[in-house]
Amino acid sequence: MQIKVNGKLKRLESSVNILELLTIEQVKMPEMVSVEVNGEIVDREDFDKILIKENDIIEFLYFMGGGTIEFK
Amino acid sequence: MILLSFCILWEVVRLNLSDQQIDRYSRHIILSEVGPEGQEKLLNSKVLVIGTGGLGAPAAMFLAAAGVGTIGLVDGDVVELSNLQRQIIHQTKDVGKPKVISGKETILEMNPDINVFTYNDFATASNILDIIKDKDYDFIIDGTDNFSAKFLINDACVLAQKPFSHAGIIRFFGQLTTYIPNNNTPCYRCIFKEPPPEGAVPTCSEAGVLGVMGGVIGTLQATEAIKYLLNIGESLAGYILTYDAITMEFRKIKLNKNTKCGVCGVDPHIKTLVDYNKPSCSF
Repeated sequence: MQIKVNGKLKRLESSVNILELLTIEQVKMPEMVSVEVNGEIVDREDFDKILIKENDIIEFLYFMGGGTIEFK
Repeated sequence: MILLSFCILWEVVRLNLSDQQIDRYSRHIILSEVGPEGQEKLLNSKVLVIGTGGLGAPAAMFLAAAGVGTIGLVDGDVVELSNLQRQIIHQTKDVGKPKVISGKETILEMNPDINVFTYNDFATASNILDIIKDKDYDFIIDGTDNFSAKFLINDACVLAQKPFSHAGIIRFFGQLTTYIPNNNTPCYRCIFKEPPPEGAVPTCSEAGVLGVMGGVIGTLQATEAIKYLLNIGESLAGYILTYDAITMEFRKIKLNKNTKCGVCGVDPHIKTLVDYNKPSCSF
């Protein structure tokens, strides 16, 4: 299955939910990330319910302060 | 003074710009998108910069240089030596001085043609709306460094129906977006529902930011403010622009309004402002 994550094409062997995708993408602190799927922000409570589909366009949007807090 | 075309010269005379102003702003005036009328608009505009640190410093300096006639500076901090690696509005001699005073001195020295108002306090739920209303600012720049302030500024601007630029920086990364009221524009809370849990915020030893990140992103915030005031071009309303200094990649990501947003959604539950706990971090 082919998807796009933060502008880059990715291949997935099987269908995963958003929480699993965050793990695959090695995001250390998912609490610091908002996820947009095909232009819509996904509720954090639904991260383990929403399955990624073929050709989905996913953006990880990170909390960023002013340089005093690490996020990734 | 550079040579101005007859049409521009006529406008300059009609608008009563002084010889010094014509000279100072000549590179703006010859831009067809700005012209004498645009420069006069800037001179009559009011921008509030909240936070005079890494982001607010370059934003305030470029707004002042551009001739934005009224600039408000909000910050309750004093200048520390560790600020000077990125907060270019402050100098070594300013260490220990309130940041708003140091900032005001720097930008007035650069451009005495403008008015600068200072608010030597941190923005809080109890003062932010009064500060915004104080001079009825046309545009607000979020130049703060913490999430509690970012949510506060977002909610205040949405409730007060004021346009603002949000930005954040960390390490080699930066991002910004623009909120414009009555424009179906997503706000910061549309993207980030609430501040991250305190436990999720890692230790300060992992923190850091390349000094120029504030310069790049803060300058883009000033660009957004100036374009809004001049009503030119396309803004970042409905987009978030991200910058990765490691790969030198800019990305403009489309954002839609979140109908479930707590402050600007279809059934908003946030009607008043609150102060969130501010994660502490100092170098």
